[in-house]
Amino acid sequence: MSIIYMLLAVSVVVALLFFVLFIVSVKDGQYDDTYTPSVRMLFDDEVVKTKEENNQINSK
Amino acid sequence: MDNCFHCGDPCIEQTIAHDEKKFCCNGCKLVYEILSDNDLGNYYNIENNPGTSPSFSKDKFNFLENEEIVQKLLEFNEQDVQVVQLSIPSIHCSSCIWVLENLQRIHHGVKSSQVDFPKKTVRVTFNSNELELKALAILLASIGYEPYISLDDYEEKDKKVDRSLIYKLGVAGFAFGNVMFLSFPEYFEVQEFWLDQFKGLFRWMMFAFSLPVVFYAGIDYLKSAYKGIKSGVLNIDIPIALGIVVLFVRSTIEIVFDLGTGFLDSLTGLVFFLLLGRFFQQRTYAYLSFDRDFKSYFPIAVTRLLKKDGLVDEDQVPIYKIEKGDRLLIRSGEILPVDAVLLSDKASMDYSFVTGESDHITKYLGEVLYAGGRQQSGLIEVEAIKNVEQSYLTSLWSNDVFKKKRHSSFQTLVDRISKKFTVTIITIAVIGAFIWLFINPLIAINVFTAVLIVACPCAIALSTPFTMGNMLRIYGHMGLYLKESVIIERMSQIDTIVFDKTGTITTSSSSQIEYQGDPLNEFEEKNLASTLRGSNHPLSRALYNELKKNDILPALDDFKEVAGKGLISRIDKEVIKVGSPSFTASQIAQNEHVETAVHINFNQQYKGKYTFKNRYRTGVDTLFKRLSKHYKLHVVSGDNAGEKKHLKELLPSDVILKFNQQPEQKLNYIKDLQSQGARVMMVGDGLNDAGALAQSDVGISIAENVNVFTPACDAIMDASIIDRMDDVITLSRKAVNIINWCFILSLFYNLIGISIALSGNLTPVMAAVLMPLSSLSVVVFTTVMTNYLGRKISNKTSQN
Repeated sequence: MSIIYMLLAVSVVVALLFFVLFIVSVKDGQYDDTYTPSVRMLFDDEVVKTKEENNQINSK
Repeated sequence: MDNCFHCGDPCIEQTIAHDEKKFCCNGCKLVYEILSDNDLGNYYNIENNPGTSPSFSKDKFNFLENEEIVQKLLEFNEQDVQVVQLSIPSIHCSSCIWVLENLQRIHHGVKSSQVDFPKKTVRVTFNSNELELKALAILLASIGYEPYISLDDYEEKDKKVDRSLIYKLGVAGFAFGNVMFLSFPEYFEVQEFWLDQFKGLFRWMMFAFSLPVVFYAGIDYLKSAYKGIKSGVLNIDIPIALGIVVLFVRSTIEIVFDLGTGFLDSLTGLVFFLLLGRFFQQRTYAYLSFDRDFKSYFPIAVTRLLKKDGLVDEDQVPIYKIEKGDRLLIRSGEILPVDAVLLSDKASMDYSFVTGESDHITKYLGEVLYAGGRQQSGLIEVEAIKNVEQSYLTSLWSNDVFKKKRHSSFQTLVDRISKKFTVTIITIAVIGAFIWLFINPLIAINVFTAVLIVACPCAIALSTPFTMGNMLRIYGHMGLYLKESVIIERMSQIDTIVFDKTGTITTSSSSQIEYQGDPLNEFEEKNLASTLRGSNHPLSRALYNELKKNDILPALDDFKEVAGKGLISRIDKEVIKVGSPSFTASQIAQNEHVETAVHINFNQQYKGKYTFKNRYRTGVDTLFKRLSKHYKLHVVSGDNAGEKKHLKELLPSDVILKFNQQPEQKLNYIKDLQSQGARVMMVGDGLNDAGALAQSDVGISIAENVNVFTPACDAIMDASIIDRMDDVITLSRKAVNIINWCFILSLFYNLIGISIALSGNLTPVMAAVLMPLSSLSVVVFTTVMTNYLGRKISNKTSQN
């Protein structure tokens, strides 16, 4: 049952890892603007689409 | 009527057809061309009519030629890579984000650009060899996204963002989760060999997790309580801090002496929920600024004229470097940043923003112009007589009102209740412990601490942030943007409302023109319009715009402008005089001169006058009638008394009117009312109201476009909802009522908790259940209630 020491150590290390990642991401300003990325994410597809459309129009 | 394909506005003046689309002006068409030439036509696919029509003059960004200014604005500048963050008020939809992040397709000098939508800014990385900052600003302006660069950007700013609350929330949440996890086995009190074996280890780990919660995440509560005790104020943080300390000390003792598990799960949960409430309350409007002073209104630089060896040279000088004696060139529409002497023949200054006076003031050669006026008559030359800090307008900001921390004396609901609460809790704890001393001295100390733990006013402390946080959102939907949530409480206690006139209850843009006198026939009207066309006086321009029709106007045979008096013109044999009463031989006595009017005289015969009346916002008269039932109303104006009669007719008789009030006088007026015990709300719009807004208990700034400049205030209100001012105040009262109900609810929980604690039966698992339960039910209650209020308000809006 002494494996529980090992398990505890692992669980705490994993938890701490995520905690540190959270702090780092906040520090980098990832949470400063939570709105724009949600809009930006949708753009890329549409840009490609219009380019294809333009090409189609041009090729006609 | 057609709507513009670019900006969506109706095409009133003209309709330009281009590429099978319709545009309202050349500017909009030009933006469309730029975008479609650069393969950015997708702009119009993301949202309908996303654009704003561009209006700017290229000279506006001349100050960006000054290397020193550019250096201050740039965030990063290394070799040829430059990064700048620009504020663009016209960002409003996803099309805006898309086009601004594809700038590199319009100009290859742009490397990348990133929009922050909530803040309405764009950060552009560009190659300085291919594109200069000035060219970038012009590029942005040409597609309808004119960057707003003011003196504020120029000053050294503390760019550090305070993210400590998020860190603390993270720490508390992290510890809370892990402590709950570790104390789980003990909740069930199972007798199991291995669990008993590891009990000690689990407890010490919980202890380790709770250390950062007490000494980092919750330290603000301890500090605030300490300050409160020191200054003799029993604030709500005292019972909270007491709860935290007792929880921690008792748990530590239990763990060290192996007496029990302690209450560390409750402790970490408590701090986590409290911080969550704080976080919820803190959300505000990133793109609005509530602390603006003249700096966000003034330009960064102006054009200076340098005379060397008879040659005149121009350069751009940052306004802080303007020295006495400098010669400056002020273009039409620019703001004069310093007090100066006019060197040109004539200048027309618009001081409406500074004094509230809506008429332009005409000044002549050698007269002194005060800083803050917007120049309206072409190009003028001035000589500075003071530097920026000492000028007339800027000196208003040296008033004490802007220095002291405001409203420190204001007692919030929580403050008022916390004193009684603290005293009661401590009394109960002491009495309880005292009684147990006689029954069972062993658990007396346990009862004492249990009362303090269970009575910790977590639910009370949470009810205000959650209610007010929700109210902020509801107000935001209406069009009222509050700086912070405590303003709602202050608003609920208002009994006096002071309104500014110009720009607040009147619209700032247009005035109503009325004619009184012998009617003019069509021929005379045409002659008059033709005469007015020759004049640049603002009143002439306004009247001309009103009179002009699409007819061809007769040519003038003779025209003369008499300074300070009026115009005289001749068409064939008709002699027309336009101007002041004396000039046009008006019979009306001079004492009626207070109103703003243009008098007309045809062929030496007085005809009549055109009176300029302010146009009042729709619904203002009924609003005043509704408000006057419950509040004392005042109208304080920087304008002349010309509107007095009109206002008296329009507004209820008990409204007190004051005219010709300087910014300082407005401030003192508010101060006087307050010293008589009134709780004053000030509603204003311009820099001239800034002092009064700061002095009042609640200062609301009215803006037709919330993104443009508003003076420092507590709240910014969209001008279109000014007629709902009564709803706004009523809503704040209802919000306070909700908080009161929350208090009652949480006191009910406390009653249960305390009676358990007094019976000496409080176990850690009970505390761990009771505390989050009371907090959660209060949060749910206030969320449901505020949403109900919000729905009622939005129903009312849709009915209107």
